Amino acid sequence: MTVDTVTRAGETPDEEQPHRELGLRDEEYLRIRDILGRRPTTAELAMYSVMWSEHCSYKSSKVHLRTFGDLPRSEALLVGMGENAGVVDVGDGYAVTFKVESHNHPSYVEPYQGAATGVGGIVRDILTMGARPVAVMDSLRFGRADAPDTARVLPGVVAGVGGYGNCLGLPNIGGEVLFDDCYAGNPLVNALCVGVMRHEDVRLAKAEGVGNKVVLFGARTGGDGIGGVSVLASETFDEHGPAKRPSVQVGDPFTEKLLIEACLEIFAADLVTGIQDLGGAGLSCATSELAAAGSGGMRIDLETVPLRDSTLTAAEILMSESQERMCAIVEPAKVEQFLAVCAKWDVLATVIGEVTDGDRLLIDWHGERIVDVPPRTVAHDGPVYERPYHRPADLDDLQADLPPTASADLRADWLAVVGSPDGCDKSWVTEQYDRYVQGNTVLAQPDDAGLVRIDEASHRGIALALDGNARFARLDPYTGAQLNLAEAYRNVAVSGAVPLAVTNCLNFGSPEEPEVMWQFAEAVRGLADGCRALGLPVTGGNVSLYNQTGDVPINPTPVIGVLGVHDDVRTRVRGGWRAAGETVLLLGETRPEFGGSAWAGVVHGHLGGLPPRLDLDAERALAGLLARLAADGAVTSAHDLADGGLAQALTESALRHGVGATVRVDGDPTAALFAESVARAVVTTADPAAVRAAAEAAGVPVTELGTTGGDALVVEDVLELPLAELRSTWTRTLPDLFGHPEDVVGAVPTGAVPTS
Amino acid sequence: MRIGVVTFPGSLDDVDAARAVRLAGGEVVPLWHADAELPAVDAVVLPGGFSYGDYLRAGAIAARQPLMRAVVDRAHAGMPVLGICNGFQVLCEAGLLPGALTRNSHLHFRNRDQALQVERADTAWTSSYAPGQTIVVPVKNGEGRYVGSDADLDRLEGEGRVVVRYAGGNPNGSSRDIAGVTSADGRVVGLMPHPEHAVEELTGPSVDGLGFFTSVLQGALSA
Repeated sequence: MTVDTVTRAGETPDEEQPHRELGLRDEEYLRIRDILGRRPTTAELAMYSVMWSEHCSYKSSKVHLRTFGDLPRSEALLVGMGENAGVVDVGDGYAVTFKVESHNHPSYVEPYQGAATGVGGIVRDILTMGARPVAVMDSLRFGRADAPDTARVLPGVVAGVGGYGNCLGLPNIGGEVLFDDCYAGNPLVNALCVGVMRHEDVRLAKAEGVGNKVVLFGARTGGDGIGGVSVLASETFDEHGPAKRPSVQVGDPFTEKLLIEACLEIFAADLVTGIQDLGGAGLSCATSELAAAGSGGMRIDLETVPLRDSTLTAAEILMSESQERMCAIVEPAKVEQFLAVCAKWDVLATVIGEVTDGDRLLIDWHGERIVDVPPRTVAHDGPVYERPYHRPADLDDLQADLPPTASADLRADWLAVVGSPDGCDKSWVTEQYDRYVQGNTVLAQPDDAGLVRIDEASHRGIALALDGNARFARLDPYTGAQLNLAEAYRNVAVSGAVPLAVTNCLNFGSPEEPEVMWQFAEAVRGLADGCRALGLPVTGGNVSLYNQTGDVPINPTPVIGVLGVHDDVRTRVRGGWRAAGETVLLLGETRPEFGGSAWAGVVHGHLGGLPPRLDLDAERALAGLLARLAADGAVTSAHDLADGGLAQALTESALRHGVGATVRVDGDPTAALFAESVARAVVTTADPAAVRAAAEAAGVPVTELGTTGGDALVVEDVLELPLAELRSTWTRTLPDLFGHPEDVVGAVPTGAVPTS
Repeated sequence: MRIGVVTFPGSLDDVDAARAVRLAGGEVVPLWHADAELPAVDAVVLPGGFSYGDYLRAGAIAARQPLMRAVVDRAHAGMPVLGICNGFQVLCEAGLLPGALTRNSHLHFRNRDQALQVERADTAWTSSYAPGQTIVVPVKNGEGRYVGSDADLDRLEGEGRVVVRYAGGNPNGSSRDIAGVTSADGRVVGLMPHPEHAVEELTGPSVDGLGFFTSVLQGALSA
């Protein structure tokens, strides 16, 4: 088969090329021809097609995301958007990098590997910044819990998140598991990783220094994940090549663990000048981004790339998304030492090229030039679209469809809400994740935020929360995005940490639908306004579009992550009541707000009206108060109020350690128990006067609810729920659907076990 | 007292085991799987994790690494060795402890805070406990179901070699609720639960796990 060289491309300008099958529009193809002054070679076309895909180029979202860059400069931000992940100063010379990424589509096709490689990819992003990854979180959305396909997708996704993260030795410290019909054909798997380093250890993805070597290290390159962004399955692209390959990558966490240790040793010995992980678009992305960020010149001998499958073509090698690979720029004098560290950790490492003094990315295949492009045009100068958008036609009707406001049976509604798939105990999921490894996990699920110690001597720590209520965002994406920001912010504050920075994973339907594009634009505008009001920078993020089945998009799902810093994790505040006789206080104000609430959804199957009123000033006041109460040791527990309102928060607080309470609620009990007004938390204390005084000083309303103790939750004159009944309702939902933990799967036949 | 903590490719809880040794008052000596010589140490901990990705069988490849030959030799000569989780799997694969660890009966990885009953408080690693004492430490594994033939299990129990047993629920389907066993001389102990994750109030469900590490230190002092 003839190699399609640059020379040949010049000589055969009219050769038909399968750009449409690769996902490129006619005008995009013409632009590539324009940039190169000729038709692209097969390899060049492959590179442009993956790098100009929505996934890599953010071509539909870019114009909106620029808003985040316009936020006031934060002193805490060391590295902003555009790098693999943003970096934040958390004090004492420590820097933290964190990011969420989606792996939605692969997880629907192959739940275990899709989810596993989602974790693997985000961990490499964090590692690339020079940081040691210290924890992961995951935000998951599935179709109806009792839908047959959920029984296929959920167990696989959970096992994949656990299987990969556990094997890497990263504690999973929190996240979300929620259900809605709109995700039936399009589950969401958003994985977060956070890493820690010293300020001086921050690494950037750039290729500098003429003569420096380009080293590819980690796993061999195979045919998996080719065109994960588009369509290599197309027969016309290369009918002589290997058969169609699965477009989902396959992960090997053991190799990634070795890659992590090798990288950290390489960083410590200062052996690289630049580094980039290989994720979406593989080598196409790594080489073009490294070169574009440096002086521009790089030459690669593609046939030196170690392969798992010797039949791969040059274009396939460039597009492969095989996992557990990294690319480093290494000074010639340090190459030997670099390779020795890799050998120590059994990591394969190969010099595949070098930095050159030109401004072209040149790729040769057995001595013939197959790529000769300006790297910026591949990496950064992709198309940018101002997609048309307009307010969804059904939104006025939806917002006018007000939710019910009165419960006919408070006790039955309470049990329905806390026993619903969204409200129930998530141990079935979280027990499959290692939360202890590394020995620094101070708080993890089911606490509101995860909290990790980063310095054993100073007790400094970082807190993280991920929240993404899509029901609110469906009713009003501008406010919904801010409500999610507010909830994550509040969850971090509940632990006693001070919120510091924001990341996001924006999951939406097709950008080609103007109504979806409007939801996206509104959510971005909302998040930017919210961050401005709270004084927090957006450090980076991820956009996942085309989450829809046929022409039905998912509810807009902006998942927001907030990072906080804790000066002394010994003063952290935990969830759950531990002792009888403590005073239960409600901080914040409750209004009869039921639009998009769990109660309206679970009990009435209703989604309509407006989401709760946003009040970021009240959130700031509450967060300041919670930090103060933590530092003073004034509260014995804290839990934020969100989905399911007070009923949900009381249930979780009581069941954590089996301590009940007797409380009073004034006014309308439906609102008191189920409204989802923002900026609220429930705390317990042995010194209510001190909490009241602090709250008054902070301008936060306080309501005394009652006292802990007993083996029931009693709402005076309203209802009584024995903890045993509550626990049974709360804990059995997921096991009933997905298998009870004690179920034995298979049995060992007698005599089948070897004897010693 | 110098306690070696071995790192295999894929070891994860080596940092935690080292921290536990330090908190108990011991001196940590990091050990590398590929070294043939065992430096001067008084005891060795094989930590948890997924050595060699659990490929072939959990612990099987690690058990055949150069350093393990030296560890096995020294263990036969009476050096205390503690295997936690993957370390327990390695000890079984290396022939220092009887039985085998197989896939959990429910086929899921499971991480929970687990009550254990200490049955033997006279081994090198459990002398800080009282016989019959209940402790709470995390358990977290996918292949932690301890199995053996009935005859072997009867013999083990007869010889009093069950060190800790699961209490209040069996997390993985282990035969006879066995969570950990010891060698005939009581110097080598392996268990699936993680005492090194229960050594600080701040990060563990209890500090009950510290006793494993103080035991071996006290044993050395009184020896």
